[in-house]
Amino acid sequence: MRDIDVSKIVPVVRQLCIDANYYIGEDVLDKLREYRAKEESPTAIEVIDLCLKNYELAVTEKMPSCQDTGIAIVFVELGQDVHLTGGDFYEAINEGVRQGYKDGYLRMSMVDDPIIVRKNTGDNTPAIIYTDIVPGDKLKLTVAAKGGGSENMSEVKMMKAADGIEGVIDFIVDRVKRSGGNPCPPIVVGVGLGGNFEQSALLAKKSLLRPLDVPNPEEKWAKVEAEILERVNKLGIGPQGLGGRTTALAVNILHKPCHIASMPVAVNIQCHADRHKSAVI
Amino acid sequence: MATYNLTTPLKTEDLEKLRIGDSVYITGTIYTGRDAAHKRLEKLLEEGKELPFPPQGAVMYYVGPAPAPPGKPIGSAGPTTSYRMDPYAPALLDVGLKAMIGKGPRGQNVVDSMIKNKAVYLAAIGGAAVVVAASIKEAKVIAYDDLGTEAIRELRVENFPCVVANDTSGGDVYKAGVKEYAR
Repeated sequence: MRDIDVSKIVPVVRQLCIDANYYIGEDVLDKLREYRAKEESPTAIEVIDLCLKNYELAVTEKMPSCQDTGIAIVFVELGQDVHLTGGDFYEAINEGVRQGYKDGYLRMSMVDDPIIVRKNTGDNTPAIIYTDIVPGDKLKLTVAAKGGGSENMSEVKMMKAADGIEGVIDFIVDRVKRSGGNPCPPIVVGVGLGGNFEQSALLAKKSLLRPLDVPNPEEKWAKVEAEILERVNKLGIGPQGLGGRTTALAVNILHKPCHIASMPVAVNIQCHADRHKSAVI
Repeated sequence: MATYNLTTPLKTEDLEKLRIGDSVYITGTIYTGRDAAHKRLEKLLEEGKELPFPPQGAVMYYVGPAPAPPGKPIGSAGPTTSYRMDPYAPALLDVGLKAMIGKGPRGQNVVDSMIKNKAVYLAAIGGAAVVVAASIKEAKVIAYDDLGTEAIRELRVENFPCVVANDTSGGDVYKAGVKEYAR
């Protein structure tokens, strides 16, 4: 058993919030450059160039690359041989978010009540926290900053087995088509298949953590990802919806077993700022 | 596709020459507002009260900026998705608003209102928030401070970059662009 005092978690989460928002991953930059080289629309090329310049400026100016610095989603992988001491684990994570968003000049985007009051909580808490217990004595923390515009274009559909893989692909492509320019394309299409209603959505969210240059480890699913990506990039939506060949940079699928009656399909749309950073304690 | 430099307040004759896809650089004063502020503006209009800014020839930028770091007038300030303001936009266009800046396509009610009122919708580049912030020279809250990032701000901008998305004659870059590149 290894003791970890929860006070050690606060500065780690604080830094992850700032780093995720200032420093976009090389995988995103590489994909943007790759698609820029293939792009046919002059407007689209201009937009991609501006996004690349913006990511550079975010680093040199020490500013978040996007003003929507998102909900802080914290994925926890807690080793089963870790003993958390010194206070409330989730409160420590929220304190890290509070400090990171304040000290990093990140935007406070959370409202307390979703419908009636909608008063800003003032410190971007609460974070949304998912915890998995895993073997070992380490604690891995991943902060993903997820913006609202792309999240709003996401959907869960309870499909039936008779719809088959073609039905699933049609639904995913149609979801992207209906999203148009709203979610800040070029997007990343996160897909969760199977599980149940809520697990499919969480799978779709988690799929966005896979680096964009890493193919699906299962060949049959890598093929499905490639087919969806090809169809999505024929839609013509293009960067910012202004027309072009670059609508999505990647399609990432995660899947789980499901009930004999069900075929849950979740699509979580991610803008080009696919921002996440991890640390191990 | 042409490039135009426009100065606020905007005049109808400045806007009638704009066509979708044209680049526009705005210099002058623009106002910020998004979901919560628009809800309050709608109420003011319904009650026949004065708006917190003069609407004639005004430019409304849909943005909720990040806080200003030390030494800067504003933090990252890219556009938010515009369709959420569709229910409120026509009433503002009717009292003189001449341009809206945001991202993503508008509803038919807004497109019709733009044609009627000779107004335009301009697209700023989502996710290019640091680039946009560099064109903002001054920022001050003029209404609804309690809304935080959603407060209405008066911005002094120099060469604020955008693209014409809807022009005064009903052109729509989101429809035309997709049509051109769909296969």
